[in-house]
Amino acid sequence: MARHRGKGFSCINYPIGMNLGGDPSQALVHSNPDGKFMVALSSIDLGQGMKSVTRQIAAETLGVPIADVYVDTADSDTGPHCMGSFASRGTHRVGNAVIQAAQEARAVMLEAAAEELEVNAADLVTDGKGNIHVRGAPSRAITVAAACGAAQFKQGRTVSGRGIFLIPLSDVDPDTGEMTPVSCFAHAAMIVEVEVDDETGDVAVIEMNSAYEVGRALNPRLVEQQLVGGAWMGMSHALWETTEPYYPDRSHGPIDFNTYLMPGPGNIAPHNIAILERPAPDGPYGGKGPGEMCANPVLPAVANAVFNAVGVRVDELPITPEKVLRGIRAQGGARPQARR
Amino acid sequence: MPVEMRKEFFANERDDNLNEIGKPTQRQDILGHVTGRSPFYDDHLFEGLLHMRCVRSPHHHARVRSIDISQAERMPGVKRVILARDVPRNLNTLLSLLDFGLDDEPLISEKKVSYKGEPVCAIVAESERAAREACEKVRVDWEPLPAVFDVEEAIKPGAPSVNEAYPTNLFVYHDKYDHQKLRYGDVEAAFARADHIIEGRYQMSPIEQAPMETCGAIAAPETNDRFVCYTSTQALFFSLGTAAKLLDVSSARLHFIGGTVGGGFGGKVDSLHEPMAILGAMLTGRPCKYMFDRVEEMQVGAPRGAERWYLKDGVTRDGRIVARKFTGYFDSGAYTRLSSYAIIKAVGHLPGPYTIPNVYADVYCVYTNRTPATAMRGFGITGVDFAIETHMDKVAHAVGMDPIELRILNSYRDGDMKAHRRLAKNTALVECCQVAAEKAHWQISAAARHATSLTGGGGERAQLPAHTATDQQGLVPGGRTGGYARSTKRKEPDFAARPPQPAAPMPAAPAPQRPAASIEPVPSAPPAPPVAPRAPARFSSSISGLRRR
Repeated sequence: MARHRGKGFSCINYPIGMNLGGDPSQALVHSNPDGKFMVALSSIDLGQGMKSVTRQIAAETLGVPIADVYVDTADSDTGPHCMGSFASRGTHRVGNAVIQAAQEARAVMLEAAAEELEVNAADLVTDGKGNIHVRGAPSRAITVAAACGAAQFKQGRTVSGRGIFLIPLSDVDPDTGEMTPVSCFAHAAMIVEVEVDDETGDVAVIEMNSAYEVGRALNPRLVEQQLVGGAWMGMSHALWETTEPYYPDRSHGPIDFNTYLMPGPGNIAPHNIAILERPAPDGPYGGKGPGEMCANPVLPAVANAVFNAVGVRVDELPITPEKVLRGIRAQGGARPQARR
Repeated sequence: MPVEMRKEFFANERDDNLNEIGKPTQRQDILGHVTGRSPFYDDHLFEGLLHMRCVRSPHHHARVRSIDISQAERMPGVKRVILARDVPRNLNTLLSLLDFGLDDEPLISEKKVSYKGEPVCAIVAESERAAREACEKVRVDWEPLPAVFDVEEAIKPGAPSVNEAYPTNLFVYHDKYDHQKLRYGDVEAAFARADHIIEGRYQMSPIEQAPMETCGAIAAPETNDRFVCYTSTQALFFSLGTAAKLLDVSSARLHFIGGTVGGGFGGKVDSLHEPMAILGAMLTGRPCKYMFDRVEEMQVGAPRGAERWYLKDGVTRDGRIVARKFTGYFDSGAYTRLSSYAIIKAVGHLPGPYTIPNVYADVYCVYTNRTPATAMRGFGITGVDFAIETHMDKVAHAVGMDPIELRILNSYRDGDMKAHRRLAKNTALVECCQVAAEKAHWQISAAARHATSLTGGGGERAQLPAHTATDQQGLVPGGRTGGYARSTKRKEPDFAARPPQPAAPMPAAPAPQRPAASIEPVPSAPPAPPVAPRAPARFSSSISGLRRR
């Protein structure tokens, strides 16, 4: 009886945004007279960082410090319509809506500043630190706060903007499947190393090495949390999780976290990640959406690694010790494949 | 964590000198999260809050002969027993907000249940315990029916009919076929020329989204004749629209507040709890909470559905895949929820990130007597990616190639035509393969190391196939056979009454088909001549229009 190491590979792409489009999201941006900006949405933050990424996008587009922007979301009375947080659409759709709203608000802010400075608004730039000045002449400046204050109390302007992003709904040809599913794709490649015990059928994940292409990483820490957690979820799907362990038989269904199997802290594998950024032409600042795709390459990579380790193909998820052991026995023992 | 940013790739496509984008800014709500102060829906515990629990089917498939609530009504603390007849408009399909599919699922079932756990009665009581105890006192006279659990068994003639809206246990696509087709080139002709044929069967079992916070909602009457609803939904207006429809109230009377969600992963879009909690508040005039317990979350709450995929590849001696054929079955469980949509997403994804000149798919949305399936992270893609990438490993083994080199050889690149007939752009699969290999010290050939996504695509690879083999297999029979799908919509002509094809002109114009150029470049080559005239799609079961009800 022995433990066998093996490596498996897989690579994937992933469609970003609701398939076929037709899924609008809106954003509203306004400032108060102190030059502090509020972004109003109805999008949901599931922990993925919806509020953070839209806040960064708004600050970047407005050209003001991030500390002067706050995101208020998930109230149907105050937030404009959003389809929801699913289908890797949050960053892509809502991010674009926020850009449009922030651009409109920024234009009013610059017009207000231009009137105070008695210059042309087209000649003004922001420094991202709370100031607006004439391009090439930093001394001819006004603060964002003063410009927004003047807009409110002297000029009677609303420093505000509206944004919407909608990819028109695509038709689907019933006969050929011709369609425009989405506008951009994220990518990933994954190598998983496992150790398979040929006495018990137990599979331990030793290490994961991966490369994920996510468009521009709008916030690298938020990308990291998605990729790390998501890959562990993929590992869990590959080896542990199901509500119907003997599918399609309905028996043995788990009812709690004691019977629904998932990896514990001791099963968590180190994961070395490379992030590649090929900006999506229609993504907000080139961003795609790393949240959903990160688990997908792990499942087949684990299956391929098990084959590499003991020569058993388990084509039914999850790859339980029972299935591995039955496979090993059926072929009369482990048959390790070429080492990589 | 060992995360590296590989800025050298695609550097000339980015401006890396932005103020805020690309910065690791801490999230604005982090302090609330780490100190336990971020509010979740379950933190809105109103004074006088009532609790709702459901009486659920112990059978996978059964007729309800009668429900006796007399004892339950007299239990201490019970404020209201709710039955199907109390739901104002008790039939819905989740994608009705997109006009996709027939209304097929009641909020509370009346005469028949099609999965174990399906609710037939709800009890609203002063405490959760009182609601649970009263549920025990509801007497249901069940008549168990034969059940079907396997997707391929479920579509055989004579199988028990799971879902009354789709009596043959198959969703109907575009009012035309009992599955979604993909036809690109001619796979059979290419198989005949291939050096290797590699076949496989892949199965993914249902998976629970497993959020720490279970699905739920708390609703309360407001003094202005409105109802506020605190919810764990992932899609605020989706849930609001669904609640307004089922309860037959103006959406203006509903005020939805979501917020921090304790884990979603796709399992919080089904919008069942919001209408139930609001209904409880409407019928009692008091705040009402409806929340899954963990057992319900695991076995009644919709999981990622099972998928079964059959793959067949034709491959040349040098490792080029010349044809790929899929037959897929999505196990939707008892009702549609979102599986029909996931299939179109999956079909648009085929054949994976590879340029293959001949691709064919038939994918079926099948009803079985199990918990309805719904979205989960990677929806429509995770299962087929498992099939494709496990299959790729078998192909590499069969032709004696390194698995990574096989991927790079067949990878799609900028300018390639895809099977859904749009050109690829912004691709990066090759670079991901190279970097992953480098990180794991997996040796690949110099040719594979020097390939790029930017070159080698387009040209001949941008052309549509000269000939595409199409067929009418799976055409849904028309009215002569008594109809296939029972339409539940009032204004639209009955589905079954229409001849299958060629279809009559549309009664209502669909959303105009926009030029695809705004999204992906339109292929320059003319499309393959269609074998059959293309039927204009109708709203009832086709994503072809976007109308709010």
